Amino acid sequence: MTLDDIRTKLNGLEGRAYWRSLEELSGTPDFQQYLHQEFPANAAEFTDPAGRRQFLKLMGASLALAGVSACTRQPPEKLVPYVTQPEEIIPGRPLFYATSMPIGGVGMPLLAENHMGRPTKLEGNPEHPASLGATDVLAQASVLNLYDPDRSRNILNLGNEATWPTLTAALQTALAPLRSAGGAGFRILTEPISSPTVIDQMETLMTASPQVKWHQWDPVYGTVQGGAPDAQAIYHLDKADVVVSLDADFLGFGPTAIRNTKDFSSRRRMGTPTDALNRLYVVEPSLTLTGANADHRLTIKARDVYGFATALASALGVAGVPAAPAVSDDAGRWIPVLVDDLRAHHGRAVVVAGDHQPAAVHALARAINDAIGGTGTTVVYAAPVVATPRDGIASLRELVTDMNAGAVQLLLIVGTNPVFTAPADLDFLTALKKVPLRIHLGQQDDETGDECQWHVPEAHYLESWGDVRAFDGTVSLIQPLIEPLYGGHSFLEVLASINGVGGQSTQDLVKGYWTKAFNGQTKTKWTLQDREGRPFPTVDAFWRQALYDGFLASTSLLTGAVPTPAAPATPLSLTPPPAMTGLEIIFQPDPYILDGRNANNGWLQETPKPLSKVTWDAIAYVSPRTAERFGVMSFQRSGNGDLPLVEIQYRGRKAKMAIWPLPGTADDVVVVHFGYGRTRAGRVGTKVGQNLFTLRTSAAPWFDGGVELHETGEKYLIVSTQNHFAMEGRAPVRVVEAEEFAKNAKAVAELGAERPGPEVSLYKPFEYNGHKWGMAIDLNACTGCNACITACVAENNISVVGKDQVERTREMHWIRIDTYYEGDPSKPDGVYHQPVPCQQCEDAPCEVVCPVGATVHSDEGLNDMVYNRCVGTRYCSNNCPYKVRRFNFLLYSDFTTPELMAQRNPDVTIRSRGVMEKCTYCVQRINHARIDSKVQNRPIKDGEIKTACQQVCPADAIVFGDLNDPASRVVALKAQERNYGLLEETGTRPRTSYLAKVRNRNPALS
Amino acid sequence: MSQIFPRSANATARLTIAGALGFVILLGWVVWTLMFSSWVTKQNEVVEQPVPFSHKHHVSGVGLDCRYCHTSVENSEFAGIPPTKTCMNCHSQIWTNAPMLEPVRASLRDNKNLTWIRVNDLPDFVYFSHEIHVHQGVGCATCHGRVDQMALTYQAAPLLMGWCLDCHRAPEKYLRPRDQVFNMAYEAPANQIELGLRLKKEYGVADVRHMTSCSICHR
Repeated sequence: MTLDDIRTKLNGLEGRAYWRSLEELSGTPDFQQYLHQEFPANAAEFTDPAGRRQFLKLMGASLALAGVSACTRQPPEKLVPYVTQPEEIIPGRPLFYATSMPIGGVGMPLLAENHMGRPTKLEGNPEHPASLGATDVLAQASVLNLYDPDRSRNILNLGNEATWPTLTAALQTALAPLRSAGGAGFRILTEPISSPTVIDQMETLMTASPQVKWHQWDPVYGTVQGGAPDAQAIYHLDKADVVVSLDADFLGFGPTAIRNTKDFSSRRRMGTPTDALNRLYVVEPSLTLTGANADHRLTIKARDVYGFATALASALGVAGVPAAPAVSDDAGRWIPVLVDDLRAHHGRAVVVAGDHQPAAVHALARAINDAIGGTGTTVVYAAPVVATPRDGIASLRELVTDMNAGAVQLLLIVGTNPVFTAPADLDFLTALKKVPLRIHLGQQDDETGDECQWHVPEAHYLESWGDVRAFDGTVSLIQPLIEPLYGGHSFLEVLASINGVGGQSTQDLVKGYWTKAFNGQTKTKWTLQDREGRPFPTVDAFWRQALYDGFLASTSLLTGAVPTPAAPATPLSLTPPPAMTGLEIIFQPDPYILDGRNANNGWLQETPKPLSKVTWDAIAYVSPRTAERFGVMSFQRSGNGDLPLVEIQYRGRKAKMAIWPLPGTADDVVVVHFGYGRTRAGRVGTKVGQNLFTLRTSAAPWFDGGVELHETGEKYLIVSTQNHFAMEGRAPVRVVEAEEFAKNAKAVAELGAERPGPEVSLYKPFEYNGHKWGMAIDLNACTGCNACITACVAENNISVVGKDQVERTREMHWIRIDTYYEGDPSKPDGVYHQPVPCQQCEDAPCEVVCPVGATVHSDEGLNDMVYNRCVGTRYCSNNCPYKVRRFNFLLYSDFTTPELMAQRNPDVTIRSRGVMEKCTYCVQRINHARIDSKVQNRPIKDGEIKTACQQVCPADAIVFGDLNDPASRVVALKAQERNYGLLEETGTRPRTSYLAKVRNRNPALS
Repeated sequence: MSQIFPRSANATARLTIAGALGFVILLGWVVWTLMFSSWVTKQNEVVEQPVPFSHKHHVSGVGLDCRYCHTSVENSEFAGIPPTKTCMNCHSQIWTNAPMLEPVRASLRDNKNLTWIRVNDLPDFVYFSHEIHVHQGVGCATCHGRVDQMALTYQAAPLLMGWCLDCHRAPEKYLRPRDQVFNMAYEAPANQIELGLRLKKEYGVADVRHMTSCSICHR
């Protein structure tokens, strides 16, 4: 079957046709067979005769002994009280502390849940402007990095255990001769840093030794191609009616995505069918989450974005725009429409330039925003918060040159892993070996640590004090939740030791800086006021409040008059990006593994990547048409399977990668993901996937032309969950056009299949005297970011199963995000996300088939799953139309690694082998709230109970509440015209319902 | 050719069948009895502890309230085991040289935790909250027995699910006024059912359907 056959087939369908994957569209018999077997790998015949006999013997024995297991005596359990109990701890009740996660030099504000000294779960800080209570996948999973059993535990000198005093002594000995030369030959290589305390210490060092140089390198966040923009843009998407993205994944990636999603989705939520929506246009080369949420999406190559921006700017009459190059027909059709829409929404529109686009595109976007009245309202330009040189490539290149010239005597590498991540053309490793003394501070003894004489375990951010600035400049404090588990040290400690103020705790250092700041003795003058804008009476009051809040509200760049740095005098005379020819290569970090730093995090490995839903691997996206052109299109796979491995040749370098035809990718573009292929990551991440850093160069770290694809004839197993748990042949997502919906409020209801009235049921009606829990999920707000999946994993102790088991459809995630495409495979018209947890049906098909009563209806409407009763017949899962039940085929929970046990949520049972599990609506949170309300003699307030997925959601797409409370938010949402039940024609009466997606398309473009 | 089996083989065969059946039944009975036996439930079993702590002495003799040591019983699911400091509040003044208390003194001296063995140990898939039970008028002694008369602490109740459900199905049989919860010597009045029903209403104890929903205790 070819793409054209599929197209013909699609055109033959009536109405809106949604599809999940190209294989589904092809509809081969193999694929149908695959779909119909819920657990395909399980049905295999037992062909090994010896194994079969053994199996029968064991089976007989286990049957005979089945009853006896019930009389096992419980092993004795220990109770270990404190010697001196801390005042604020009530055993059994968690405490919450405000802290922040630094990522790419920017802070992500958090509230950390602490059970008897163990941080177990992270939530967003609801009062912090960068979070407003939400977090993302990376923050959710970062708690697992803390307990990672493969983190390094010892200071190593040439592989031998050493101690902190010997390290500091060695450091001082090496520094002594350098100091006399003003520090020449001493270099520090860090990640991007915005921490005021660290910057202060660095300034102290560089004042004493002016020749010391500070380099920064971050292959994901600190790397620019074609120059860094002069100012960072802070968007106010809640004020924008029209948003145009120029290759910017502002909803899907980076620490600003949370606030952007909050603001953006606030304009997508509807009360009535006539409510106005914002409109999002996206111009991009590869399908991103932002593109998937667009009302209109234009695929062009990354190199053509500059041309498009130029053409748009000149059509808008921006002065001084260079001559616009010719744009494609599609783009030509777009520009007049965009111009009209942007002009019609003067002051309420914004253009967003992508982080991977050159400075010239950012300058054009800024000029357009000036012209359409966006600057100052929908976007604010501010000085960047990250202190070090923001052009990581230039900084690293300088370091490599100096190392090669023998000008570096002592190199301190902090956090980053350049041996693995540096651009291939710089040949960092060879240069590094020329440095006489190399010290590595990192959480893992990674590829770089291995090449340094000294390796020092770095403390996790939950283990040491610090501070960091959020993207809007708000200073956020990093408060540790636990003593360093593996004896880690922070950069601040090393720096203090170099500066001769060692021996202080990190708390003293951070508090010391802010005490000085309070007294106005620091170089940077900070305005320190409380949230009402009043000065603090004493430094103690200031510090206590700051720790309690987790941030210093008055330090936001957005409070008061924003110091907008002047645009460069001749902004548009910036050098246009060099012309590129041939097949285009686009480098992207893996969305979760990033540059490999999270490779040993099982939660992140198993979280399906957005859109492709690939787990445990990196892939190369091409458009289906390009795949067909290179003869690597495979529609014949049944679900997971072997994908063609192609050789990517680029500037004389080669790498092999599996090809994934992703609808929505621009033609003649290969999108590769780096971060996999680590060699020293640990038990989870070592030797997983292909390393693509071997292709990335310093000249074009994000995109370039001139790449070649060659078939190798080899195959490679890629595991994707996109075809798992499919509700095939039905219409699970409902999408309407805004115009149509405004005219016909019944438009959503009319999309449903015909069904019996809700009264027709063979089941006895169930009465709800107390609470009646329910959930509504707004598909219009959901961006498909996956944060709910990881939050659920963290909250509910969900196991990681591994690539082999995911291939067998055995992933354990209680909530999944189904992605549906609409339209032509090479140019999809729409991409829709649908989070699917257990629907907690009123007439639940699972309950009636359980032979042992392990899944039963609770009096508050939950479909309770009782693990200790379950005998693993899997009838319930078989009978579930939504395919939301997960079975522990093997012993997936780790009962043996003590480090990982400490992470677990003590409020949720750890499931063993042979037990079914599923979403519980976070019943542990319901029970806690119920007990609290009873003890305090008050009803449960609406919004008091938040499920883990709801709490994390940056789009506020999930609302949970009491259906018996007429004033609750969930009741209001379910009363909306957009509300519908998933597969409601089956008569299950699901308790979770969905609010249909409404697209606000511009009639001029459709 | 003679018969292979003698005539008596019939009887042997019948006996074997009956015997096998009897054996299975016996086995079932043994398993069943064992399951509810105190050997499995550990009911009435005294566990050896690092310090032979006597509740009898401290509660009946000295007159300490439960909450002096089990501080979080009213506001957490876990009642709390006292830190060494709590022991030393008194034992830094009295019995300062008793050899029996050496582990306690050593704990404070070396800043090393005491390690007790849990006496009332529920399976890990059961989530019990002291807070709500105490608040709804379930007395300590109702589940823990007359701890004030235990020289060495043991588990008074079988702690089987059926035992829990006995109360969850009909709490009126056991409820007492809130101010009597910590009274070890409290005797149920003759009109307990009447009182229980009144308290149930007053304290807002949920109905039997709610109290026997699985997710109330299992999650």
